Formats: sequence, structure tokens, C-alpha cells
Amino acid sequence: MTMASRTGIFGEPGPRGMSRRRLLAAGAASAGALTLAPLMTACGTKPTASSSLAPDLSDTEHVVNFSNWQLYIDVDENDATKHPTLDGFTQKTGITVNYSEDIDDADVFSAKLMPTFKAGQDTGRDILVPTEEVGTKWIRAGFVEKLDKALLPNVTANLLDSLRNPAWDPDRVYTVPWQTGCTGIAFDSSKTKPVNTITELLTRPDLHGKVALIRDWRDTVCLVMLEMGVDIGTYTDDQFMAAVEVVQKAVDSGQVRAFTGNNYTELLVNGSVHACLAWSGDIVQLQYDAPGMTYVPPESGQLIWGDTMVIPEQAQHRKNAHELINYYYDPAVAARVSATVQYICPVKGAQSEMEKIDPTLVDNPLIFPDAAFLATTHTSRLVDEATQARYADAWTKVTGT
Amino acid sequence: MSGGAVLATSVEQQEPRRGPDLPRAVGTSRATPYLLLSPGMLWLAVFFVVPTLMLLVTSLYTGSLDQGYTFEFPGHWATYSNALTEYWPQFLRSFLFAGLATVFCLVLAYPLAYFIALRSGAWKSTLLVLVIAPFFTSFLIRTLAWKTILADDGAVVRTLNSLHITDLLTWLHLTEADRILNTPLAVVLGLTYNFLPFMVLPIYASLDRMDGRLVEAAQDLYASSWAALRKVTWPLSLPGVVAGTLLTFIPAAGDYINAELLGTAKVSMIGNVIQDQFFVVTDYPTASALSFVLMLAIISMVFFYVRRAGTEELV
Repeated sequence: MTMASRTGIFGEPGPRGMSRRRLLAAGAASAGALTLAPLMTACGTKPTASSSLAPDLSDTEHVVNFSNWQLYIDVDENDATKHPTLDGFTQKTGITVNYSEDIDDADVFSAKLMPTFKAGQDTGRDILVPTEEVGTKWIRAGFVEKLDKALLPNVTANLLDSLRNPAWDPDRVYTVPWQTGCTGIAFDSSKTKPVNTITELLTRPDLHGKVALIRDWRDTVCLVMLEMGVDIGTYTDDQFMAAVEVVQKAVDSGQVRAFTGNNYTELLVNGSVHACLAWSGDIVQLQYDAPGMTYVPPESGQLIWGDTMVIPEQAQHRKNAHELINYYYDPAVAARVSATVQYICPVKGAQSEMEKIDPTLVDNPLIFPDAAFLATTHTSRLVDEATQARYADAWTKVTGT
Repeated sequence: MSGGAVLATSVEQQEPRRGPDLPRAVGTSRATPYLLLSPGMLWLAVFFVVPTLMLLVTSLYTGSLDQGYTFEFPGHWATYSNALTEYWPQFLRSFLFAGLATVFCLVLAYPLAYFIALRSGAWKSTLLVLVIAPFFTSFLIRTLAWKTILADDGAVVRTLNSLHITDLLTWLHLTEADRILNTPLAVVLGLTYNFLPFMVLPIYASLDRMDGRLVEAAQDLYASSWAALRKVTWPLSLPGVVAGTLLTFIPAAGDYINAELLGTAKVSMIGNVIQDQFFVVTDYPTASALSFVLMLAIISMVFFYVRRAGTEELV
């Protein structure tokens, strides 16, 4: 993704992604990883120089291994296991896509791949979709491959101008946006009156014990800082810690009952949570079944973030991966994905293609944002590894004590 | 306990005598036991001993994931004291929750296992399959189902609310604000549910194998049903009880999925801390130190417990 910044539309310096925590599945995946991690770290904890590239098997193996988040691609109306755009890609190119929804939390995913990356080995995947922050970390460490622009004519033609030159990856040498979205407040209007500010969410007595926050500090703490009037493009350690303190108070008072990944959707639907922090697209998807679900940007502003496609360095089907990335920048294909996932679409021309798929979505600012919508969005600064570790340490004490 | 001594003798007499006087089968050599043991020992060496040593070494590293870790003799032991000072409440809470879940499991499992083993007749196999049936679904899905069952607007919570049982539970600090989901009680219930079969099956096995004539003998000697249960059935089922409590307590103490899904920020268990330290903070030494301490704590508790319970009973 790319982010809009306070002043301009996507792409001012220092965009950074919010990760989408998908804890449910993360739990399962990490149960296995937990036992392996020490073993792997003991083998390769020092950063090593990357070795030479593995041979590209694209011409002999017509497959591409694509790892993405859950609920982040179109699905067949009658069969949720089918993804029409992926089938279309296979029909068009003869390349089979092994699609796995195994990214649940960008930090956790990165931590799991780290030993493989550092050992200079193939991750078994050809396309990954990290958040911008994790993507940036991988670029700096040399874990992802430069893209071959000659194989990506659709991207060159159709990527939104505002997304073309982010500070952390000038000229998009390594990354191509997948989807962009926002973090704000969600509430069930059949259960509670509107919640318009973070302060209301954290203190309003009628919401006591009925509030969930997002487990990733980049979502929750940044929104609290916005509420405190902090410029999240330049915030300091003290401002971060002050915001953590505000959240801690809300936890201590019993206002906040849980920190969640995208499983806040279940809690909203079963009535256990009446208001929470949420990702825009999830709530739009929920509205089909539960019309009371409402997404609002907090009065002090919402966060905008993005997830990007990258090709890891030792990927074995790099040409096929390029072909797939290029395919998703066909406006008709991008519109089909957006019609399902309801996040902000990074592809020019998708808006007019949407007319054919679902005319009601053409003017939805959560998919095709206008200037007024973007004026409410903010991008937070990227933090380095040491800061991230310090923040995460302070934050995990709030989310689990 | 004089009755106990008599029983012990009778139990021994049931078993065929084993020992040095048992003739060695033709064609076996002294090496045979070791050959038979070797696959298991190799497995243990590769998948337990080596990882454990690596865990220990990792816990003594200094540095960060980003900069690279280094080991300097004799290692950075301060990680242990820091981790323990910081996270001892989560350790205590884990053992408390696991202990409660073990007790609940025992209370639920013993009558169930007793019924299946001694009173179910033709239904025995069916009931056993039912005990195991939850394993046909993923652990995660089963735990998630509890979120729906215990939802604030669900039938369970509404019923308990109207009976004012949640008020009592809140008074006991087990729940908060008329809800059950995202409270300590929900975590303990989740643990109890998930590990119940591990308690039922060993107790069932012990009871099923018990010679029913011993109970008859006790009754012939004028023991009441209660006395027969207490002095005959219960001691004979102890191996199952001990095995069951171990199989429940050990995984429950290290579990983090239940606390993650059913708990709240204020009641995380040590497994949650380890998960966060590994994957969110990526502080491998602290995570490893916590894992190692957890392992040592559990091993010493188990050792103490098994000694108290009597290893000779563990057939």
C-alpha cells in the first residue's frame, strides 16, 4: 500500500504500513514455529551476505507460489474456495497459482521467515504481500529482489501516480502495491449510539467492557496519538509512551476487553463488542450480513496503510511472479478484487471497470477515495528495528499483563 | 492402611511374575534391548536434547535479531533474572489456571470414565468414540466455537445473568461486568474443555483393567459402596489419575491459544508472553529464557508430584 499523508495524497515521504494481525490463524501457525524458532536461530542468527540468485525455473515449472493475507482476494459467489481472478490467470497464461493465505501478522510472518532469509535460502514462495514497514525492512536487509519493469507493462501504465514514488522505495524498484486501506472506528449502530472519537471509545461508560482494540501498536497507538494532537509523521518516544499510558488506563478500567486481529469481526457480530478499532474493508464486507455495522474515521483522523507485493530473493519462479503481478494491474482484474475486498484500489482505470461489476461501489470513498476522504487520512513514520523492539516491548506489556 | 496392604498383595498376584528368572528367548542377544531402544533414543536426541541445548544457548545470547546475536562465555544470565522479575505474575497465573483446569477436568472425567468403564455395557465403544470425537476438529476451531457459545448476547450468558450467577462469579473475581468471554473463567473453561479427553482416557484405561472381583471381595467383607470406592477402586485407578493430571496440567500450563482467544489483556499466560517475545518483540534470548524456566518449573513440579503419588503405581 501506500499511504496518503496528511498533506497530499498518497506518497509523501515516510509512508508506513499498518500490519493486519490475523491472530486466529497466527496462533496455529506459530504453535509450530515456536518450537522450531530456537533451533533455527541457533543455526543462523548473524546476518549473512546474500548468496547468488537461484536459477529461475519459470520456463519448466508453470507454477507460482503466492502468499497473501486472508480475505484479501476475490472469491466465487458460490464457492468460497475459488478465486475467479486466479483461475482467469491460469487460463490466460497456463501458470498454476498455489495461493496460500498464510500471512496473519506481518511481524510474526517476518519473524518466521527471517532465519530462512538470513541463511539465503528459498522460502518456497514467489510472491509475498508484506506491509510497507516489513517490506521496507526486507529491502534494507536485501531479502527481496529488484523487479524487472520490462515484465510489468500494466504496472507502468496503471499504477496510481500518487503511489509511484514512495520515500522508502523510490521508483518502486522492489515493490508493487496490492491494496491500501484505513484504520478507524467501527461500531454496531443497532447496539450503540455513534462513536466518533477515540476518547469516546476509551472512556464512554455505556461502552464499558464492550470495546476491542487492535493488537498491533501501529494501529492503536497511532490513532491515540492522533487524538492527542500528535503529528504521527514525526512523533517522539515520549509521545508514544504517553499514548501507551492512555491505552493502559483504558485496559485497567475494564473499558477494553480484548486486543484483536481481524477477529474483532466475530466479536462485533456476536454482540460481545459494540465498538472497536477496525480496518475499513473488513467492516464494509460485514455490512452485507449485518447492516448495523458502521465504519467511521475518528474526528482526529484515520490511518492509511498499505500492503505491497514483493518477490523474495531466492524465489524459483520469478518470471511467473512478474506475470502475476502484471496481471493484477489489468483494471478489469483489479476491479474484481476490489469489489470483494473493499479496500482502496491502487490501479488506474479500475473505477470505470467497476461500473460493469457493481455500480454502487464506484463512488465508495473506501475503494476509490476522493480528496475529501484523503484529507482525513494520516501516515505514521517508519521506525527502525531498535525502536520497533523498544515500542513492541512497552506495548506487549499493555496487551498482556 | 491395612486394607491397602492386603490389596497390594492381591494386585501383585494377578500379574505373572517377571524378573531375572524369566528364560531368555532363543536367538536374542544382550544387544537387543539397546537396538530396540535406539530409534526412540535417536528421536529424543535429535528432537529433544539438541533443541533444548539450543534453547539454553539462545537464552544466553546478547544482541538483537537485527544486529545479530553473539554468545560470550559464560553467557548473559541476567536475561533470566530480568525475565523472571518482569514476568513472574504470568508464570503464577499459568500454573494457577492450569491447576484449576486440571481439578475441573478430574472432577468431570472421573465419574465419566467410571461410567464408561464399568457401567456402559454395550455402549462402551460408542462412548469412547464420543470422548475422542472433538479431536476430529482442529484445536483452534474448537476454541473459537467457545467465543460463540460464551458471547455476551448468547443464551448461556443471558441465562446466567438472569439467574444472577454472573454476579456471584464477578464477586469471586472470575468474571467481569456481566460477561464470561474475555475473563479468567473463560480461559479456565477453555483449558478444561480442550484437555478433558486427556484426563478421561487414562482413568478409563485404569478402571477398565481393574479386576471387578476386588470390589466384590471388599463388599463381601462388609465394605460399603463408598468404602469400596475409596479403598479399592480409587487406589487402583491412581495410575490413571496421575497420568491424566500430568497430561492435562503440562500442556495447559504452556498453552496460549485459550488465553489469546478467550482471555483479555489482564490475564495473559506465560505462553502468550513467550509468543510475543519471539514474534512481536523478537527478543529471542528472553523468549528462550522464559521457555526454559517454564520447562524446568514443570519438570520439577512433575518430579515432586510423581514422587508424592508414588512411581510404583504408574504402571
